[in-house]
Amino acid sequence: MPMLSADQAASRVFGAIVNLGGPGTYLHWGFIQISLANFLVIVVMVVVFLAAILLPFPHRGGPRS
Amino acid sequence: MSADVGTPAPLATGAPAPLPEDAGQWTARIRRRAVGAFPPERLLPDRQPAYVASWIYVFGVLTLTSLAVVALSGAVLALEGPSWWHQSRVGLFVNSTHLWSVELFFFFMVVHLWGKFFMAAWRGRRRATWITGVVSFIVSVGTAFTGYLSQQNFDSQWIGTQAKDGINATGAGAFFNVLNFGQMLMWHILLLPLVLGLIVVVHVLLVRKRGVVPPFPAKTAAAPALAGDVAPAPAATGGEKIGEQQ
Repeated sequence: MPMLSADQAASRVFGAIVNLGGPGTYLHWGFIQISLANFLVIVVMVVVFLAAILLPFPHRGGPRS
Repeated sequence: MSADVGTPAPLATGAPAPLPEDAGQWTARIRRRAVGAFPPERLLPDRQPAYVASWIYVFGVLTLTSLAVVALSGAVLALEGPSWWHQSRVGLFVNSTHLWSVELFFFFMVVHLWGKFFMAAWRGRRRATWITGVVSFIVSVGTAFTGYLSQQNFDSQWIGTQAKDGINATGAGAFFNVLNFGQMLMWHILLLPLVLGLIVVVHVLLVRKRGVVPPFPAKTAAAPALAGDVAPAPAATGGEKIGEQQ
């Protein structure tokens, strides 16, 4: 089996997750149009925002309620 | 032997104490106002109020941190030049670092914005803090936009040709031509970062001056919450020691 360079290995790993070789996927709701990538970023932002509010902040003696 | 009355005693910093007749100098007036508005213990406090111990208060610092990475990677790109960042492996890495730190900068800034919006962070004489934050967000959008125009690839060509009609329709095309690469690059690396840097410095100084906005008080039957009038947090006299929040 041929050895892969670091670039080839990285492109195989990340290329398997997100295929950037083709045209982007777009979502449509009526007059709203957004790329799937931008939509996912917004979803992640909302999740991080809610987690920042709900998760307890760690303290030296362990998280307080 | 008499003492030299013309030479004032040195201050703790080693600098000579100001002479009384110099109190009217503009340097003395500015110094008094600066120290009065930003005493060192408020400018760099050791403690923050207890309510700051929440993840939602972290995103302002994360935004500043990513902005520092943006500025540093941008400075390296400016030192080395376009052929370096397009053709060499290290240049491509720094170019990507610049891009992804911008993505994180906006990510953190928007979460910070949401948090402050739902806290009504303009309460307690913090209107200027809120407004400088909003203005810095708008200027950041312009800085990122000119950055995307400066990529020198098909993406930047597409963005420029799509944006030109909209920009020209506002009348700004007379001095802001999105098809002029050199002009967009200068806006991106000089004018807009200068404005953004100044606004961010003012924003952070206002946060230090007025204190971090407290959360809304808990509503109880005996004492209904009054959200409108929350006084600025006092200078760090109690609460959480910063080191304990890590």
